[in-house]
Amino acid sequence: MEQRLQELKQEALEKIQHAADLKELNDVRVAYLGKKGPITEVLKGMGKLSAEERPKMGALANEVRDTITNAIEEKQEGLEKEAVEKQLAEESIDVTLPGRPVPAGHAHPLTTVIEEIEDLFISMGYTVEEGPEVEKDYYNFEALNLPKGHPARDMQDSFYITEDVLLRTHTSPVQARTMERHAGKGPVKIICPGKVYRRDNDDATHSHQFMQIEGLVVDENIRMSDLKGTLNVFAKKMFGEDREIRLRPSFFPFTEPSVEMDISCKICGGKGCSVCKGTGWIEILGAGMVHPNVLKMAGFDPEKYTGFAFGMGPERIAMLKYGIDDIRHFYTNDDRFLKQFARKEIR
Amino acid sequence: MFVSYKWLEEYIDLTDVTPEELAEKITRSGIEVEGVEVPAEGIKNVVIGHVVSCEKHPEADKLNICQVDVGEEENVQIICGAPNVAEGQKVAVAKVGAVLPGNFKIKKAKLRGEASHGMICSLQELGVEAKLVEKKYAEGIFNFPQNAEVGADALEALMLDDAILELGLTPNRADAMSMIGVAYETGAILDRPVKLPELGYETAAERAEDAIKVTVEAVEENPIYLAKVVKGVKVGESPQWMKNRLVAAGIRPHNNVVDITNYILIEYGQPLHAFDLDQIGTGEIVVRLAKQNEKIKTLDEAERTLNENHLVITNGEVPMAIAGVMGGYDSEVTDKTVNVVIESAYFAPSTVRQTSKELGLRSEASSRFEKGVDPKRASLAAERAAQLLSLYADGEVLSGTSASENMVIKEKEISISLEKINRVTGTELSEQDVLEIFRRLQIEASVNSGLITVSAPTRRGDLEIEEDLIEEVARLYGYDNIPMTLPVHETNPGGLSPRQQKRRLIRQTMEGAGLVQAVTYSLTNQQKVTEFALAAKTPVELMMPMSEERSQLRQSIIPQLLESVAYNSARQKDSSAFYETGSVFLADGSELPNEDEHLAGALTGLWQQHPWQGEKKPVDFYVAKGMLDALWEKLGISDEIRYEASNMDHMHPGRTAAVLYKEKQVGVVGQVHPVKAKELDLKETYVFEIKLEDIYGDETAPLKYNAIPRYPSISRDIALVTDRSVDAGTLESIIKDAGGKLLKNVQLFDLYQGDKMEEGKKSLAFSLTYMDPERTLTDEEVVKAHDQVLEAVKEKTGAALRS
Repeated sequence: MEQRLQELKQEALEKIQHAADLKELNDVRVAYLGKKGPITEVLKGMGKLSAEERPKMGALANEVRDTITNAIEEKQEGLEKEAVEKQLAEESIDVTLPGRPVPAGHAHPLTTVIEEIEDLFISMGYTVEEGPEVEKDYYNFEALNLPKGHPARDMQDSFYITEDVLLRTHTSPVQARTMERHAGKGPVKIICPGKVYRRDNDDATHSHQFMQIEGLVVDENIRMSDLKGTLNVFAKKMFGEDREIRLRPSFFPFTEPSVEMDISCKICGGKGCSVCKGTGWIEILGAGMVHPNVLKMAGFDPEKYTGFAFGMGPERIAMLKYGIDDIRHFYTNDDRFLKQFARKEIR
Repeated sequence: MFVSYKWLEEYIDLTDVTPEELAEKITRSGIEVEGVEVPAEGIKNVVIGHVVSCEKHPEADKLNICQVDVGEEENVQIICGAPNVAEGQKVAVAKVGAVLPGNFKIKKAKLRGEASHGMICSLQELGVEAKLVEKKYAEGIFNFPQNAEVGADALEALMLDDAILELGLTPNRADAMSMIGVAYETGAILDRPVKLPELGYETAAERAEDAIKVTVEAVEENPIYLAKVVKGVKVGESPQWMKNRLVAAGIRPHNNVVDITNYILIEYGQPLHAFDLDQIGTGEIVVRLAKQNEKIKTLDEAERTLNENHLVITNGEVPMAIAGVMGGYDSEVTDKTVNVVIESAYFAPSTVRQTSKELGLRSEASSRFEKGVDPKRASLAAERAAQLLSLYADGEVLSGTSASENMVIKEKEISISLEKINRVTGTELSEQDVLEIFRRLQIEASVNSGLITVSAPTRRGDLEIEEDLIEEVARLYGYDNIPMTLPVHETNPGGLSPRQQKRRLIRQTMEGAGLVQAVTYSLTNQQKVTEFALAAKTPVELMMPMSEERSQLRQSIIPQLLESVAYNSARQKDSSAFYETGSVFLADGSELPNEDEHLAGALTGLWQQHPWQGEKKPVDFYVAKGMLDALWEKLGISDEIRYEASNMDHMHPGRTAAVLYKEKQVGVVGQVHPVKAKELDLKETYVFEIKLEDIYGDETAPLKYNAIPRYPSISRDIALVTDRSVDAGTLESIIKDAGGKLLKNVQLFDLYQGDKMEEGKKSLAFSLTYMDPERTLTDEEVVKAHDQVLEAVKEKTGAALRS
């Protein structure tokens, strides 16, 4: 019996060794370890053995069974691995073929610029205000210290719809409306982005429709130094920490004193080049302390309240930032232009 | 305003200040210098020569052989083609080795066999703009006065080695529209004194008043009118220095009398006009408003028709000049003029502005009068004119002035506290600092009971209120010296309004869906204005459009987006996917039109593709619709949205849906009608437009977590055969209604209307998911609910289960 068991073991191990695939291996398992297999058959004869031999034979039978089982498992592992490897080899692809394009949209560059400015001022406690693009003459001009007959408000320069209604020429009427809503009580701290319209012929530097973004802060004790500090933060965040700002006196009917802000030219580092027309400075925006007449018109007491305002053109900023040479590109929606702004610039 | 550095030196010491430094200082303290130009830059080796002889070239009709003394040992021979070259002239000679504008180098040459050692130059050849060259020399070479020194630097003699500062003047700084005004400004910046011209001349016994009588009938429009009379003038060329300065200021020299009036215009900012006394004829000047349709031929030889708003200078009978705008042709000073009347006046700014605008006629004079000149300058300028005419036109000045003066000239007093100056600017200036600044500006200031009181000089009409003084102090203290601070106040947190947040969400969703944001014009033409409008209104029209193409305000964004699509497809870009958000303008009878914010999209060509795998997915209705669905999902309003087959002008009648939000139409999605598409040069194109106002108006539902169900759901599929006219949306609503609360989801997964279907029928297959979050469903419950669904569908649409 012992010999028979040893023979069976040898036989089984050999067959396991030669099993070519998982099916053959399984056949071996069924053949040797199954209920009707030879080992079970052999063990049926255990009854005939002596009490001494029985446990010995039992242990041997178990050992044979275990050895075969282990061998099968080992072999199975090997075969499985082989099968996987074969499958993987068959499945390999050319990873350099183009990937599947994901339709990717993106924002217009003006939106990108405007939202960047919005977010910067929001972080400084400003809210975003909006107003109508078709505006009353009162809010567009009169409330801003530009009474009827003022030389700076020529009919030729604005798109009028009636004598008293026009397409707003700047986003300042939003300031006038917001101040009026505050009914003489500060603080007012807003920025106003939006479309504006002027009676210009479209060319490389003029557009009858363009964007503007303005800011206004009105409260007690708002100083010109606050305007300067605020614009400095804006310039450095928007154009880079290494930029210097320069304020120059200027004139706007709705501010007094009025300033224009230049930033140092990035291209030449202030030495003078064609972009800055040799001056080393690039004009970015206009600003000033809110004119007392404007405060009065909106119901604020100019003895108690002061304020500053600033305004800039997102087109101009985008043109400077990205080196765009023609303002009309912003409104043509040429894919060759727009797609250049699909990428996000993170600084 | 062009400011000659050399001319400015006459009024102020500019030692140690280069033109560039001066420009930077002026810019920083108030007036932007837009450029500094040195006319002679790039030109060298041009001297004054004396044409000793001039003979016709034997081989060429138009050429002359000149022997020219250029101050060297030997004369040089120069071949000159100018028609006006002649023996005895003093001329500008570019010697061999000279460089002219455009890097044009002068070399030895042979012209038709004759040697030429240099070139006799016209002013244009020396870089002077043609419009500034006096007529006499416009077609040929320039002649210096006979006393010019041979061999001297011609560029210096022509003052082309000057530096010209171009000032960009804001409307409030009319005071700087004169050399003296710029001198005051420069004086304040550099803290140096201003030297004004010394006036004085001899007068004849005859009185001006006897030679010309002045009557002003419109004193409001003309508060000051002064007339000087100068007799026996010799009209001729001005001295070279005066010509040079005029050219630097951008004015073409004419003759000494006209040049003197222009010179004073630039020097004092006071426009003058010279009349020929003998041409006036009547011995009197009457200033009055013009009569309706009165006519005058102006200096530019154009006939102008006037109206009752225009002020005219007459001889008591007919207009001789349009006051402050332009002189008349008939009383102009000519070569034959002997006796001259010089007008120096103050005309009301509004009168000149209106006249100039209505006649479309602007001049150096009108541009100054309309901004307001210094009323004190009228008499100074008149005196200056008399002086220069006696000096440079050999005139005899009659004594006194014939005048009409009806204006009290007063300096305005403005007071401000030091505290306010510092509070508004954020500086810590002392009283002394402030007074010092006004002293530099030559503005009188004094301190009375804690207030600084300033007398605003008449030359500074822009100083009216406290804030104007603050600006003066701040700009001269230096904007650079103002500290940088941030507002110190109670701040509310900043942020976007719900509407603005939704707009950004829409933008991100549309872009995430693959659309590119476009920005188009709000103004469109009459045809497009109502096309694709959800509810067309009477168009909002401009009173004075620049063109028909941009004359009305859009009521839909789609037409502009389609234009952008067509623009790109005309440039080999067959696939486009744009969206835009923006206002449309809908008149509603009130003063301002309703401005509705809309979202629109336009898609054409391929939507997705993967060429090497052979995949090409063209845009279709469902692509566009799917984008909107993604948006509803993001906004959390999917349950409130429904689509309904719809029809609309310019849209495909079978491929267009109305979009309903809370059962109210808020938009449209569909295919552009093929006829319209063809008209616009478009291929199959899909569009959508959504009115955002209603969606913006509603608050979004609060986000609340629902427990993840612990019990399994059970799915059952049904395939229904219905008439083709029954749409999927209807079936889906019936199923949802009938399924009860256990039915959690209905998903259409198959549509078949092929050959195997009976004519006019289609099959739709839905997958229904049942679930109870509280327990495991029994089969019976599901069967019951499912049977109800089938029953309802059969009853309401006649649909049958597909066998």
